[in-house]
Amino acid sequence: MLVEAGHFALALALGLSLIQFIVPLWGARTNDPVLMGVAPASALAVLACIGFAFLALTTAYITSDFSVLNVVENSHSTKPLIYKISGVWGNHEGSMLLWVLILALFGAVVAVSKNTVPVRLQANTLAVQAAITVAFLLFILIASNPFTRITPVGEGQDLNPLLQDPGLAIHPPLLYIGYVGFSITFAFACAALIDGRIDAVWARIVRPWTLGAWSFLTLGIAMGSYWAYYELGWGGWWFWDPVENASLMPWLAGTALLHSTVVMEKRDALKVWTILLAILTFSLSLLGTFLVRSGVLTSVHSFAVDPARGSFILGILVAFIGGSFALFAWRAPLLRQGGLFAPVSREGALVVNNLFLATACATVFIGTLYPLALEVLTGEKISVGAPFFNLTFLPLIIPLLLLLPFGQTLAWKRGNFLGTAQRLYAAMGLAIVATLALLAVTAGGPVVAPLGIGLGTFLILGSLNEIVTRSWSKGTRLAVAWRKAAGLPRSAWGTAIAHAGVGVTVIGIAATAWGVEALGTMKVGDRLKAGSYEIRLERLVPRVEANYREDVALLMVSHNGRELGNLETMKRLYVTRNMPTTEAGIMTVGLGQVYASLGEIQSDGSIGLRLYYKPLVLLIWLGALVMAAGGALSLTDRRLRIGAPARAKVPPSSVPAE
Amino acid sequence: MRFVFALIGVLLVASPVFAVQPDEVLKDPALEQRARDISSGLRCLVCQNQSIDDSDATLAKDLRLLVRERLSAGDTDDQVRGFLVQRYGEFVLLKPTFGTHTLLLWLTPALVLVLGGLGAYAALRRRPQSAGALDDAEQEALAAVLKRDPDAP
Repeated sequence: MLVEAGHFALALALGLSLIQFIVPLWGARTNDPVLMGVAPASALAVLACIGFAFLALTTAYITSDFSVLNVVENSHSTKPLIYKISGVWGNHEGSMLLWVLILALFGAVVAVSKNTVPVRLQANTLAVQAAITVAFLLFILIASNPFTRITPVGEGQDLNPLLQDPGLAIHPPLLYIGYVGFSITFAFACAALIDGRIDAVWARIVRPWTLGAWSFLTLGIAMGSYWAYYELGWGGWWFWDPVENASLMPWLAGTALLHSTVVMEKRDALKVWTILLAILTFSLSLLGTFLVRSGVLTSVHSFAVDPARGSFILGILVAFIGGSFALFAWRAPLLRQGGLFAPVSREGALVVNNLFLATACATVFIGTLYPLALEVLTGEKISVGAPFFNLTFLPLIIPLLLLLPFGQTLAWKRGNFLGTAQRLYAAMGLAIVATLALLAVTAGGPVVAPLGIGLGTFLILGSLNEIVTRSWSKGTRLAVAWRKAAGLPRSAWGTAIAHAGVGVTVIGIAATAWGVEALGTMKVGDRLKAGSYEIRLERLVPRVEANYREDVALLMVSHNGRELGNLETMKRLYVTRNMPTTEAGIMTVGLGQVYASLGEIQSDGSIGLRLYYKPLVLLIWLGALVMAAGGALSLTDRRLRIGAPARAKVPPSSVPAE
Repeated sequence: MRFVFALIGVLLVASPVFAVQPDEVLKDPALEQRARDISSGLRCLVCQNQSIDDSDATLAKDLRLLVRERLSAGDTDDQVRGFLVQRYGEFVLLKPTFGTHTLLLWLTPALVLVLGGLGAYAALRRRPQSAGALDDAEQEALAAVLKRDPDAP
């Protein structure tokens, strides 16, 4: 019964979303407060309905209700509870349900922020948000129904073994909050276009949403990267796979958007561009959804590919991207440009930032889609892989990173490049010294690593330099400087920390050049050495668990003759799906990792083994955590919490930019 | 999520053993390094966007052995790649060649950067710049105002 109720709740949510789409839009047009007031109420009701549907499906999973097709296909009664729950979104239908749940959740948050968002803007925004909800609810109800009943069967077919990992519980929700978070900025952008008015108040309202979505997307991508790193067993962490690219594109566009809204909020400039970016960012999120679920990529992922679903999502894609661009072309000329600035200024630097990020995004876009287009148009088949992206993407990102500390230090309106450079002398000097020292110490080794670490150091020092120069000058007592630093706006700290996080990630990536690997065929007692780390094969043991059995290689890790401890790497066979997996054995030593991966087991009892030592590798993901923490800190800025409500009482058009 | 599904795809095709096997490695380390470099730029034809250096598929292993065979026979890196392209088409190269059919692919980054830069520059130029230093008449007016009201900030 609960399953049918869940299905019905989705249908109800569709009806309510239609109301939320049409009525407030009409209300905003006719300036009718009662009609506009329908928006928040219906947004909350939609959330309640979709939330109920989601709970119904989750209950079916927890109770292993094998009369529901979706549960049969993706669950098993012996599976641990956490994987029963995360299995809800470990498949196409369930993940679409999570998608609309987050969509509705964000709509509801906009609905309850009555005091911060002007009524008209709120009504239009919720209407646009409802239009997206309608499209995806239709898609679920028509082409991806998770509530389909079948004649009950005794046992489920189990979740794909690779997904039976804590990663599945964390990675998709983070990523979806990121993707769908950008739907709100999209809705705000469309609302502004419908209204034909946009100002600094708009930017102030939209900025926290962008920050939040961006922080979650950063975490989601980093989490996915780390999951791939430990699950796949060859130690790579980024593969330039089309599916990864699908998440990188909205991240790049979102990063650009984050920076252009700063300019808009502070200086009332770059309005048209910001609106365009907001539309582009969510369009790229939709494109990612399409690429992954339609089967146009030569990809072999486990979503059952159904041409009907592909065309449906393509329809949604065309309608929203086409619709929003048409709206943009029609209404954007109405938007008046605001604040002026000289080319050398903080605004100018942020324009350069946007230029490079947009180009990087276009590069990933063309690299991902070109092979598809070429094959359709000429029948020729080419591959675009890592070497292409390394050759085109890196030359765009490195200059951007080199300029970052300068941009962060430049003054608004009109800056002085030489003066800015002078303020960064200390950071530049220390970074150069660090690079030269590393080059001397590791002479003969890869040159890339010291150079990259130098760049990372410059980024970290350059970002923190801003905090130091704003709170300390020669002669200031340390206690006073500390008080001043603590009193700086949280957004200043957030910016510095997020930028330092970029530096941390850069150092982690650069240090991969120092990684060493070794492979060998080993018998019990044999040793294998990678760099200064050595392993000894202690023994091989078979093991049987509830839903898989495995062969475990027990290794002893030692560093320069000192024993550090045991490491296990396994080859598993998941019984229900008869699917083998490899579980890498990872030992964290400081910020580096010893990584062992078990290969073929020969008939004579010897095993193939691949061993890596990856110095500083954890910094890649720690940097992303630091970036997201910077974003979160920025979100707690006083201005974003209490700045807007007091101003909403006066007509928005009369509010000065700063 | 998407990420993971791609990964699954990779693993469905390739049984999860590691790629280069100990018995494939060439004796000469310089030659082996060249083989690794070439391999990492060649696509495993039955996999999803994976190089033969990373892949565990049987075909990838055959190609790795083939690369090593050609190198041992004295081929240059380009000759080895050319041989594989002749056999399997350009699809085998993870870095597409530069030609008329890939012109747009290779030039897009530069085009977007240059055109975007020009566009931004033009937009900046089109808008009136904020006033520069005051001219003489304005200086006089300013001095007059300041004289009249010495307490003004």
